[in-house]
Amino acid sequence: MTERVLLVDDEQEFLDSLAERMQSRGMNVSKAATPAEAIMKTEKESFDAVVLDLKMAGMDGLEVLRIIKEKRPEIQVILLTGHATVEAGVEAMKLGALDFVEKPANLAELTKKIKEAQAKKMILVDKATEAKIKEIIQAKAW
Amino acid sequence: MPFKLDIVGETGLQFYGKMSASMSHEIKNVLSVIQEHAGLLEDFAVMAKQGGAIEPQRVSTLTTKIQGQIERANGIVKGMNQLAHSVDEPVKSLDLGQTLTLLVALSQRFASVRGVRLEPTLPSNAVTVTSSPFILQNLAWLCLDFAMQVAGNGKVVRLSVQPAGQGAQLKFSQLEGLGDKPAETFPGEQEKALLQALNAEVEMRIGEIVVTLPGDPTR
Repeated sequence: MTERVLLVDDEQEFLDSLAERMQSRGMNVSKAATPAEAIMKTEKESFDAVVLDLKMAGMDGLEVLRIIKEKRPEIQVILLTGHATVEAGVEAMKLGALDFVEKPANLAELTKKIKEAQAKKMILVDKATEAKIKEIIQAKAW
Repeated sequence: MPFKLDIVGETGLQFYGKMSASMSHEIKNVLSVIQEHAGLLEDFAVMAKQGGAIEPQRVSTLTTKIQGQIERANGIVKGMNQLAHSVDEPVKSLDLGQTLTLLVALSQRFASVRGVRLEPTLPSNAVTVTSSPFILQNLAWLCLDFAMQVAGNGKVVRLSVQPAGQGAQLKFSQLEGLGDKPAETFPGEQEKALLQALNAEVEMRIGEIVVTLPGDPTR
């Protein structure tokens, strides 16, 4: 099943090349060069994973993560960071990030984490669907 | 561990650490871009081995982009090098235009994260003072850091240098939000210590911060 990924980074060249490489490996990739664009896209479209740069102009990556998880808790977020510090990692995990990848990112490692994200999202969606069905069954006195 | 750093030394270490961390982060960003461009070139090669056609224009565009990133990294490393050498001599004759250029280079990323635009105006003739290169650079950064906080809705900080008597002035202007900050906010203890070390003064005017430096701090 094709992974739907949103790449978020304010380095346009990085975004373009990485997106092209991921697309050539069969992923369905959207791009966002600003935090605002990323938030807007996650509100309108469905993604298995968001690969999010931690340091961007305009808004901190952790703040973007918080907003995305608040609105779409099923979306799995993988953070890209220049320097993976323990403090930032703990904060990101508290906010619901799936994982961290340190820049320069290894595409094989990133792809593996995206597949994990997709699997985790499917489990969450299945659980939510199951709960919804139970709710409907209980509400209707069949 | 009973030791006490003096405020000028401690402020200097904080400044050096902050700038080093920022520049190394920028270099990581450049390396990431180069890695993806190189990866794409590798993908083209793999496709060609499998019988696909390589578009020469795409290869050429990517190599030009890689060269651009190398130039960008070179600029960052040059800034790191200049900052590192600013501690070589405690006091020397300084071209303030160069101090301003380095300040902007070191601060660009911080400005970008805050959504602030830096607009430096370099003097047409060299403006020189005799001062401590590192302490002056540190003071200029702290002033700019505060200036960015009070840039207001305009989100612009203008920077300039000009001669003033035997010395010179370093100006941070267009600060639309300066009046909204309590007067006691700036200069703080760190800035006061650096001003004293440089025998300099700071003045808060409407929408601008002006640092006046003596031509020779020993006078």
